[in-house]
Amino acid sequence: MLGDLSVSLWRGGEDGRYETYNVPQRASQTVLDVVTFVQRHIDPTLSYRFACRVGVCGSCAMTVNGRPRWTCRTHVAKVAGSGRLEIGPLENLPVIKDLTTDMQPFFEKWQQAQGVFAPTKTRHDEIEQIRPDSPARRLVDAAIECINCGVCYAACDTVRWNADYLGPAALTRAWTLDNDERDAGGTARLQAVSAAGGCHACHSHQSCQELCPQALNPTAAIAGLKRRTTAAYLKGEIKA
Amino acid sequence: MNVRLYVWQRATAALIAPLVLVHIAVIFYATRSGMTAADILSRTHNSIVWASYYGLFVAAASIHASIGVRNVLTEWVSLHDRRAGLFAIVFGLLLAALGVRAVYAVVLS
Repeated sequence: MLGDLSVSLWRGGEDGRYETYNVPQRASQTVLDVVTFVQRHIDPTLSYRFACRVGVCGSCAMTVNGRPRWTCRTHVAKVAGSGRLEIGPLENLPVIKDLTTDMQPFFEKWQQAQGVFAPTKTRHDEIEQIRPDSPARRLVDAAIECINCGVCYAACDTVRWNADYLGPAALTRAWTLDNDERDAGGTARLQAVSAAGGCHACHSHQSCQELCPQALNPTAAIAGLKRRTTAAYLKGEIKA
Repeated sequence: MNVRLYVWQRATAALIAPLVLVHIAVIFYATRSGMTAADILSRTHNSIVWASYYGLFVAAASIHASIGVRNVLTEWVSLHDRRAGLFAIVFGLLLAALGVRAVYAVVLS
């Protein structure tokens, strides 16, 4: 036995408060293990969200000692050197209850950024050959592995200050589609990410790329969108 | 901020950067060479070059700063876009008026 952890968990809705629990510390224990222990052994009414437990589904993100993290792949030993953990819901999203946030605004902004593939072919056409080493595909590869966990959205100062800002994940998705040779969304998507609250609202603080659990760099993707939309605006292809 | 404001703010920033460097160099030159206010005014008076230089500086700075203030107001004071835009226009016009007055004072008065 390694002793006990002092764990503060957010309880209630927006007007809730932190409550403290003692949880036995184990080797190779994750933050999600700690939350699960509280629910299974101390208070079964604790609400939180998880699915895969192996860093694929992106559903277990929470605020851990002040920073948004994917809890299933965050080891307690890494973030709780003092033996104390404070775990809350993700910031910048409405709290439903305890550690569960309403992700609807996050995904609505994906729609606003036109983060949906616009096909150029039908099932009767030949499958298009995309060279993995083409410049456009390399840009897609660098940004495609988003798991929609919301960590970047919760970490973003601009999201906190500007309720209309689409956020790093939605804009990164738009960037990958704009670089997809098979996609036909081009100008309409650039128009969508150029309105108020679009890519130009980003201050390049880079919290998103610092905290992204997939080690993506949304700031770079947003900078790419800024360059591309500026060129499109100056050519008269999109309007302000 | 939309793409139009973004382009204006970046373009004016690109313009201001070299203007500031020349402005600072002129300040160093004027103060290190022991010029009096009368010496400086005698050189700037009726000079189309200095009028154009600082006129451009004032215009670029007014546009650049007012867009920045608009951003601060929408993000930190939570003003709506329209109200923040109106305030920014008033602020930009005030800056422009003060700048034009200063340029007028050293070139034409």
